[in-house]
Amino acid sequence: MPKMALSHFETAILFALLTSVVLGVVTKKTDRERIRYGLQTFGYFVVALFGLGWLMHFGHG
Amino acid sequence: MAESSKTGPSGIAAVALGFLIPGGGHFLLKKNIRGVLVLVSVIVMFLIGIMMRGAFFQPQGGDLLNIIIYCGGFLAHVCSGAVYFITVALGYNQPDVAGHVHDYGSKFLVGAGLLNILAMVDAWEIATGQKD
Repeated sequence: MPKMALSHFETAILFALLTSVVLGVVTKKTDRERIRYGLQTFGYFVVALFGLGWLMHFGHG
Repeated sequence: MAESSKTGPSGIAAVALGFLIPGGGHFLLKKNIRGVLVLVSVIVMFLIGIMMRGAFFQPQGGDLLNIIIYCGGFLAHVCSGAVYFITVALGYNQPDVAGHVHDYGSKFLVGAGLLNILAMVDAWEIATGQKD
């Protein structure tokens, strides 16, 4: 099995993408709601990623 | 409250198949697109975890936090289904070493199992008529 070394950002984006897909699939009742929820969840992950990234940046001074 | 209209073997079969093969419950219930999405997401997450050389958790004693982390992690791995058992059978035995790549790998391996649990619950709800 090949070895993979991803950066923090790449790893977090991949995790967000895969998790959002499953959350979208299992959470809502219609396809339209599922797509919307999946995109929304992915958006929240990305916002949290950048938000926490900047927070840590400023936290370290 | 939505009442189950057809609880029975099909619900248990969907959960059992979903446990073995991620998305299998959805395939059994003819929800093929959702099944493919779950299958691809869980397998890709698991494989990325393996390629990042994440460590598998083994149940351990000790303080409460240790028990929760290690036993919970192990249960999540088991819930990844057949891919976990195949990986262990093939001899994958990555020691828990320091480094962010290994650490993320472990989280991906746990995450794959947790996503499969969500998929199994969804398959149960579909099979019992609580959801379409």
